[in-house]
Parts: sequence; structure tokens; C-alpha cells
Amino acid sequence: MPAPIRLRELIRTIRTARTQAEEREMIQKECAAIRSSFREEDNTYRCRNVAKLLYMHMLGYPAHFGQLECLKLIASQKFTDKRIGYLGAMLLLDERQDVHLLMTNCIKNDLNHSTQYVQGLALCTLGCMGSSEMCRDLAGEVEKLLKTSNSYLRKKAALCAVHVIRKVPELMEMFLPATKNLLSEKNHGVLHTSVVLLTEMCERSPDMLAHFRKLVPQLVRILKNLIMSGYSPEHDVSGISDPFLQVRILRLLRILGKSDDDSSEAMNDILAQVATNTETSKNVGNAILYETVLTIMDIKSESGLRVLAINILGRFLLNNDKNIRYVALTSLLKTVQTDHNAVQRHRSTIVDCLKDLDVSIKRRAMELSFALVNGNNIRGMMKELLYFLDSCDPEFKADCASGVFLAAEKYAPSKRWHIDTIMRVLTTAGSYVRDDSVPNLIQLITNSVEMHAYTVQRLYKALLDDISQQPLVQVASWCIGEYGDLLVSGQCEEEEPIQVTEDEVLDVLEGLLVSNLSTPVTRGYALTAIMKLSTRFSSVNRIKKVVSIYGSSIDVELQQRAVEYNALFKKYDHMRPALLERMPIMEKTATNGPTEIVQTNGETEPSAVEPKHPPPVTQPANQANDLLDLLGGNDVVPVIQTTMPTKPASAGGELLDLLGDLSLSGIPPMTAYNKNGLKIDFTFERANPNPNIAVITIHASNSTEAEMTDFVFQAAVPKTFQLQLLSPSSNVVPALNQGTVTQVIRVLNPQKVSLSMLTYTHKGSPVQDLAEVNNFPPQSWQ
Amino acid sequence: MIKAILIFNNHGKPRLSKFYEHYTEDTEQQIIRETFHLVSKRDENVCNFLEGGMLIGGSDYKLIYRHYATLYFVFCVDSSESELGILDLIQVFVETLDKCFENVCELDLIFHVDKVHNILAEMVMGGMVLETNMNEIITQVDAQNKMEKSEAGIAGAPARACISCKEHEPPGNAQKHQHW
Repeated sequence: MPAPIRLRELIRTIRTARTQAEEREMIQKECAAIRSSFREEDNTYRCRNVAKLLYMHMLGYPAHFGQLECLKLIASQKFTDKRIGYLGAMLLLDERQDVHLLMTNCIKNDLNHSTQYVQGLALCTLGCMGSSEMCRDLAGEVEKLLKTSNSYLRKKAALCAVHVIRKVPELMEMFLPATKNLLSEKNHGVLHTSVVLLTEMCERSPDMLAHFRKLVPQLVRILKNLIMSGYSPEHDVSGISDPFLQVRILRLLRILGKSDDDSSEAMNDILAQVATNTETSKNVGNAILYETVLTIMDIKSESGLRVLAINILGRFLLNNDKNIRYVALTSLLKTVQTDHNAVQRHRSTIVDCLKDLDVSIKRRAMELSFALVNGNNIRGMMKELLYFLDSCDPEFKADCASGVFLAAEKYAPSKRWHIDTIMRVLTTAGSYVRDDSVPNLIQLITNSVEMHAYTVQRLYKALLDDISQQPLVQVASWCIGEYGDLLVSGQCEEEEPIQVTEDEVLDVLEGLLVSNLSTPVTRGYALTAIMKLSTRFSSVNRIKKVVSIYGSSIDVELQQRAVEYNALFKKYDHMRPALLERMPIMEKTATNGPTEIVQTNGETEPSAVEPKHPPPVTQPANQANDLLDLLGGNDVVPVIQTTMPTKPASAGGELLDLLGDLSLSGIPPMTAYNKNGLKIDFTFERANPNPNIAVITIHASNSTEAEMTDFVFQAAVPKTFQLQLLSPSSNVVPALNQGTVTQVIRVLNPQKVSLSMLTYTHKGSPVQDLAEVNNFPPQSWQ
Repeated sequence: MIKAILIFNNHGKPRLSKFYEHYTEDTEQQIIRETFHLVSKRDENVCNFLEGGMLIGGSDYKLIYRHYATLYFVFCVDSSESELGILDLIQVFVETLDKCFENVCELDLIFHVDKVHNILAEMVMGGMVLETNMNEIITQVDAQNKMEKSEAGIAGAPARACISCKEHEPPGNAQKHQHW
């Protein structure tokens, strides 16, 4: 068989393919060749084949048949083979395949190899994809390498240790002694990875954190050396020496100083120094400053330093570089909770960022703007945010709309402003608002009584313009249904009243019913609105006609509504005015949860909402309730309730109500235990709602002279039965039968309480006893 | 922690893909496609940070990328890494490649993807930054390459002889005699 082609040849061949199909063909041919070559167990060409396989894997073709070959390469003696083998292992294997466990032995041997590069390869692979079993087995080797003097290996071992700790957190203590002199290294690579290791340990365990706090002075010293050391060509990046290490150390200082005054104080000077001396013309300087600012904000720094930090962030905001602005916005978002006032000073810059072209910056600016809204700036901010809502991409609209609603709810200066704002949102971003905003809005409108005329007028005008945005249409039709009379009578104080006739209103609503743009929910709203207008308008015949048409609609929901409304016209016409009168003011419910259960069939669990008005109509109870549900809309609690039909539930306690309604069922009591002066009697009753449950009351009495304290009775039953032990009346059984301790046990189907355990203290010494009770009277079970 | 490092060209062809968390092969390809889609839409003068797509994203993760000529270098990181620091890291990576390959271009990455992996392994290990000093990285990579060459040993002698012959041959007869 000819020698397999080289990787370069393969790459060149694949690049000549002009279509995807051609490429696939070439690759399949090559895969077949590789597979047969693997079968021949040829050692010389194995690494070449695996290299090709890895290339094909990168392009997206399946390469799993090479996994075992990688293992064979790892086991080989040649460095070349090992290199490709480990690379293949990292790319193709993972802990989900059992094959990877076979690597453990190879890695162990390689960790002790004489050549440092082989050891390095093994550490690298273990650190990338070692599973928890592998880590457990090899942690000892890693720890040994952590103490070696070879800096190349030491830094790799440190990162490998981080991986081990992530996989098996219990092993953290093992690495503790090795960390002792990690920070006294001169080699920056080792320093860097050691700081990473320390950071990981501190983040995972508060004990470690406390332990490492004593390293703060050392870290401060290292940082100082870095800043003051002058030019060092090896670690210099754009004039700053080893910025990566500086950033790492700053991060570790942040974690160490977080809630600790002493450490924070020790860091103050160096942080101030870094903040003022770092050059900001290049990205590196800004990276360090950014990290410094975050550290200052997180630890307990003095106020002067904090002001310095926020000012740096403010300067970042004005920087031309977009990355810097993005980073500034992100960190301001993190600090706005704690330093609200300081961030407010930069509000105008932040609001300007809303108009930036960059999507990432816009998103950050939007989040930050919502965080900055308060009672004082609500009007100005809302103007900007609404403008933003108009012009932003669709991906932002939903979040922005929700944010606007929340802010308006919290800080609205006046009801009219609130309603205007919500209307603006509905008209501009109506299709992106969340579903629960419709009922919230309806509730808001109902509660602002004086705005009804204004609201309905504006909504009507909006409807005339555009009926495609469903939330707007739903709210509008609900309002027109409720306040249509105000609309027609033209009595609006806030705005110039418009002249609308009843027919025009009905035209609009009927238009909604037939339009293709309306969803079924919207149609339901429209039909109900038309129905409500029958008591507010005079053109009842037209309404009757519309309602009867929909009595045969294909949509089941519409049909049901129409039929019931028809019935209202015919048989129950006397009730119509009362049923369709204005909705009373609704209480704001806390969540949607409990009210959902209440309203489905008008049944009477005491709900979270108390009715404000007495129920005007009582019968026929069920039908009226159904209609009210329909009229009420989605989440509105039907305020009118019927009288409670049955017993007032004692807040759900009825099932476990032991004391009420237990009928003595004539089961004779029995003595369960009588020893050493302690007598325990069982008396039986049947629980009322569930006759299968026997309620056993134990009476413990003490005929000795000394009382029994710390009396505890425990019972166990076979698995097929269930037992519930309630708390006893007391722990002390008084002496000489002067009183009894009672305790209630509820058992399902008792036949044999097999074990009872009693513990008590008698005359100063604890007594414990185990008894089997099986002489239950036959009537106690069925 | 760095979740993934991807290099792809302006048309979305992957030139290097290294994941530090495990995904199935299909998911990996999907991630590459999705990332390319997100990154290629970006303008030239916007910031280099992006929220990740659905597959590799999540609220904690972002994509930090840099565009050099025909290649995108994308690092997917979580919040424990400094964003500006990663930008610098990408710069160091590219400069290292430049030194190792002498004026690196896309073709170098195509034909020597294993070497690029080796260089990357000296910089990032297990998703964490290992070494940032360019000279140190290059020294180590060179030493390991030398080891490989010495292992080729006798088997490689005819190849090496051919190489030196090639240097005396007139151009036009050049043949490629590399270890791979």
C-alpha cells in the first residue's frame, strides 16, 4: 500500500475542490485510506494520518475513529508522536467517552518523564480535558510539579492545579502547602499563573480567602515593583511593564479586600498610585485603569478614592475609542447600585450613548439609563427613552418597553402623564410589549377615574389610525366598551373633544371583528365591548344584530360569547343593565397566582381580593358568574361574588382539622404499653373527611412517685401504611397518675404498629425502650 | 475563563477552532457558523465586544474579536476575564504568529494549523492564560520544534539533503521537503 499522503498534500487537494460535494468526496476517500492504514497498525505513518484527521475534524467531518489512534500515539516514545497524540486527545476526546480513562496511565508516566517538554504536554492535556477521576488520580503528581524549580513546568502545573480544583474542589487543601512560596518567584509566567491559582482558591473557599489575606502586603510590593521598575524589555507592552500581571494582581486584590477593612487600607495607596500614574493613550493603560476602578469600587476604599474612580469612568465615557466606552458603561452598570449619585452626574453622557450606532453600546446605555431613572429626572429621561424606543432595533423593543412600563409605574408624576406614556409605547412598539401589560394597563385606566374620557378619546383616535398592534387594540376596545358613552357625549376636559356618533364607534368595533389583523383574543374583546355598549348606547338593535351573527361563528370562543349575549338579550333582559354596568375600581393584586384559581367557576375560596361592592345579583348564580368572567377579561378578578354556598373554610385547614367533627366510632381503647410504671393507652377515632384514617390518641400516665421528664414517643409502621405524628401535649408525665400526656397519631389503615420507641428520664437517669404494639382491635381497620 | 478560541476568514471558513469546554462536533460547527454570522455583520468602527449567540452565549459570556486583514480572531470569554486584557492577548497572539512564521498570512495558518495549535498551547491552557511574554513563548516553541526535528534523525537525512540541494538549485525546480 503506498505511503499515506502528507498533510500538506491533503490540504492542497482539498483547496482545489470547487464545490462542497467535491470536497466531501475527497475527504471521504482520504478517510477510507486513513482507516485502512490504521487497521494495518503502521507506526511510522500514524502521526501523519492523525494530523490529517484533525484537519478534517476542524472542517467539520466526523473523526471519532481516530480516538484510539491518539492514545497509541501518546504511548509512543517519540516526541513528535506524543505531540500530535496529545493534541488529538484534546480535540477529539472528552470525559464523556470511556476511552479517555486509558490515558491516565500514559499521562502519569509522562508527568515523570525526563524531558520537560513531554511533562509540559502531559500537564497541558490534563489541564484542558482531565475528568474528575483523572484529576483525583493525578493530583499528587501535579502537586509535586508545583514545587519544582523549573519555571516552565511550574507555571503549567499551577494552571493544571486550577483545573483540578475546578473538577474536584475537595482537593484544594492539597495544594495549599505548595502555594507558600509561589509569590516569591521572579519569573513572570510563574507569578501570573500563581496569582490565577490563588484567585481560584480564594473564590471557591472563604477559609482560603481568610488565609491568603496575609499575602496582601506581598502583592502590593510586587505591583509597586512593576510600576516603578522602569523599562524592562522582556515584559514591556507599549511602554508598560507586564500589564497582564498587573491586571491579575489587581483582580486578586479586589477579591482579598472585598469586605475587609485592613486589607483595603493596605491597598489604598497603591491603587491611588496606579490610578494617577498610568498612561491612558494606549489600550494597555486603559485596561489597567479599568481593573483599578473595579477594584476601588469593590473594596472598602475611602471616599476620595471612589470619587477618583468614578471620574475615571466618566473620562472613559468621553473617550473616542468605542471599546473604552463600552467598558465604562459596563462598569458603571455594576456600580450604579452603590454609588447612585455619583453616576447620576454622568447621566447626560449616558443618554447620548443611546444614539450611538454600535449595538453593544446601545444595549449597555439602555440598561444603565433605566437604572438611573428616579423621581426627579423621570420626565426628561422618559422623553429620551421613548425616542430611543421609536428608533431602535426590534431586538431592543421588548426590553425597552418593559423597562418603560416599570419606570412609569414607579415614578409617574401624574396619571395623565402615565397614561400618555403607555399610549405612546403601545402605538410605537405595540407588538413587542409583554402579554401581561394589557391587563395592567386596563387596571390603571380603571383606577384613574377622572381620566376616563380623555383616555377613551385618545385610544379611539389611535384605533382609527392603526389596528395592527394587538395590545393597543385590545386595550382600546375594552375602554370603548366601558366608556363609550363618554366618548359619544364629547365631554373631555383635558383635550379638545371630538365629535363621534354611536354608529361610527360601532363601525370601528365591527371593523375589528372582521379584520384579518385581529387575533381571536382581540375579537373576543371587541365582541364584549359591543355588548357592553348595548346599555350605554341607544342603537340596541344594531348591536343585537351583530351579536346574533356571531352566534354561528366558527371560532368557538366567539360563538360561545355571542350565544350567551343573545340569551342575555332574550331571556334575561331584565338583568342586562345591572350586569353590564361600569366596572368598579380594582385592587391591584400582588401576583397572578391565586386569583387564577378563584375565577374559573365562581367558586368561593376566600381570595386575596375582597369585593368592594356588595353583590347586586345573586341568581341564577352560576350563569351570572360565567358571564362576569367573560366580561372581566383575562386576569381581572370578578369582583361580584355570590354568597358562599357551604361552610366557611378555615383557611384551608379543614383537611387537617382534627378537633372538629370527629365522631367516636365505637372502637374500644387499648393499652399499648405498660411497664415500669409507664402506661400508654390508645383511643381511636375516625377522621371525618377520610374514614380510612384512624386517629389514635395516646395517653401516657405515670404511676411511679417521680415524674418522667423529656418524654418522647416515636412510632414506626411498615412501609405500606402512612403515619403522622403530631406534637405531644407536654414532655413531662406527672407522677402518681396526676395527669397524662396526650399525643395524636394519624395512621392510614392501622393493623400493626410494629415498633414504638419511648425515651424518658426517670429519677435522673435516661430510660429507653422499644415495644411492639400489635393488639389493635379489629374495628380499627377495615 | 476562555471558553473557545476561533479563527475564521471573511467567508466563514474555520482556520483554527479550539474549545475549552466540550461540545459535540455538530454543535461546534454550528457555533462557528453562528459566531461568524454575528461577527461579520459588525461595522468597522464599532467596539470589539459582542454578546454571544444562543449556543455559546448566556448572560455571562461575550465574544471579543479582532479583525486582521482576511481573518477574524474571536475569543469567547466569561466575566472573570478583563475585556481589554483579552484584546491585548489577541494582539500578543498575532504578533507571536508573525514572529514564528515570518510575516504570517492566511496561507501559513492553513498549511500549518498544527503549529498554530502548538503556539496556542503555550499561551492558553485549560481556558486560562498561561504565558503572555512573546519571547518566552517563541523560545519554547522553537525548542520543541527542534526536538521533533532531531527525532526525525536518520530518517530525515535524505530529506535534509534534498533541502540543501534545493538551495543550490535554480528556481523552478523547487520541491517541498518539509517534515509533514
